[in-house]
Amino acid sequence: MSSTAIAVSALRVVRRGRLVLRDLDFEVAAGTVTGLLGPSGCGKTTLLRALVGVQQVEQGSIRVLGVEAGSPELRRRVGYMTQTPSVYGDLTVGENLRYFARVLDRRDRITEVLSLVGLEPHEHSLVRDLSGGERSRASLAVALLGAPDLLVLDEPTVGLDPLLRRELWSTFHRLADAGSTLVVSTHVMDEADRCDRLLLMREGRVLAHGTPHELRTRTAAPTLEEAFVALTESR
Amino acid sequence: MTARVTLATAQRVLEQLRRDRRTLALIAVVPPALLTLLRYILDAERPAFERVAVPLVGMFPLIIMFLITSIAMLRERTSGTLERLMSLPLAKLDLIAGYAVAFALVAAAQTCLTSAVAFGLLGVSVQGSSALVVALAVANALLGVALGLFLSAFATSEFQAVQFMPAVLLPQILLSGLFVPHDRMPHVLRIAADSLPLPYAFDALARVATGVEGGRLQLDAGVVLGTIVVAVALGATTLRRRTP
Repeated sequence: MSSTAIAVSALRVVRRGRLVLRDLDFEVAAGTVTGLLGPSGCGKTTLLRALVGVQQVEQGSIRVLGVEAGSPELRRRVGYMTQTPSVYGDLTVGENLRYFARVLDRRDRITEVLSLVGLEPHEHSLVRDLSGGERSRASLAVALLGAPDLLVLDEPTVGLDPLLRRELWSTFHRLADAGSTLVVSTHVMDEADRCDRLLLMREGRVLAHGTPHELRTRTAAPTLEEAFVALTESR
Repeated sequence: MTARVTLATAQRVLEQLRRDRRTLALIAVVPPALLTLLRYILDAERPAFERVAVPLVGMFPLIIMFLITSIAMLRERTSGTLERLMSLPLAKLDLIAGYAVAFALVAAAQTCLTSAVAFGLLGVSVQGSSALVVALAVANALLGVALGLFLSAFATSEFQAVQFMPAVLLPQILLSGLFVPHDRMPHVLRIAADSLPLPYAFDALARVATGVEGGRLQLDAGVVLGTIVVAVALGATTLRRRTP
């Protein structure tokens, strides 16, 4: 479990003339759940896109599961859930899953991912008729289809009821226990405590990286929210 | 490129279309209705109607598949599904071929229906083979898919995408000789017509209609197929694994 799943060094990304990621360096250990935290617009989504290999990168290197991010061989090994649900609204949940499962050649996984995200009752509902939370769970189900070694999830728990959110977090940990590596972005601070490691970002930089406990101890702050403020001010 | 992924994509596109009953109804009804309208507008000018009827049967699929493809691709781009697909083991040509297969089937059905109305009810006569009309219409539909796919990359909104039809296709259809035969246009316009693909598609259909086929028909078909290949290649370059 001590092997490295992701190694990022000197990563710099420019989007529309704006420097979005400023020379990031960090590593993520395999089999862990890493929470990516930071205010809106700090570069979380851009970083996740870079890990998946769909983001044009100015400079720096990203090694994912031992190879360059975006390598063709990673397309089966990395599951990606975008922030806005990227599923077809005019198809049912089942039809969406069957399509992406055929692309991945993993039709055997459909039933399992449906139950993982708790969408069995909606298998025959059109995605556009679902609520926002259900739609994002449909999108998550697609990301889980390939039983990926690395799961990159952009705000997967937005708009979910607390019970479901807790279930999803325990699913994430079960997946990590089974050997997958997860990188999950969120801006909900109370979700941060559910992560093994945290990556705090602000204005395109990594503010801090460590376990939730370490970050609180280092800043002598009782909550992560306050730790975040302390880390921001100390720079 | 794998057959499994291409066929899965074609099936997915057809499933989406099947859900949209009104679009299906429009695809089926609009070309025969327009042709019938034209038949009675040109009631006193029967030869004029005969001259354009068969070419129009074969040009409808091009226009409609162009519009549907550009909107569908724009939706894939804006909804994030394209970004997801580009992160999956799917070749760019799987996506393009999937759309092409699905829309070619729709175009074939559409043309059979339009042909049945034109040849059966409106009395349009074809000297050449009517199966060739359907084949040319399907080729035109593929041309529409290929052009729509390529041009959708230059549209950032649906408003822009729909306007590529009057901007890109309509001038070519007018130059094809819809109102005035090609050889009665000014020299410059004839040169323009000779350097654009749609007049060749139109000419091929007109030749099958009148039965004067010959070597020129092969040239016409060659230009249409060549343009499809070029547009597909250009379209594939607009599908990026990595975006800014």
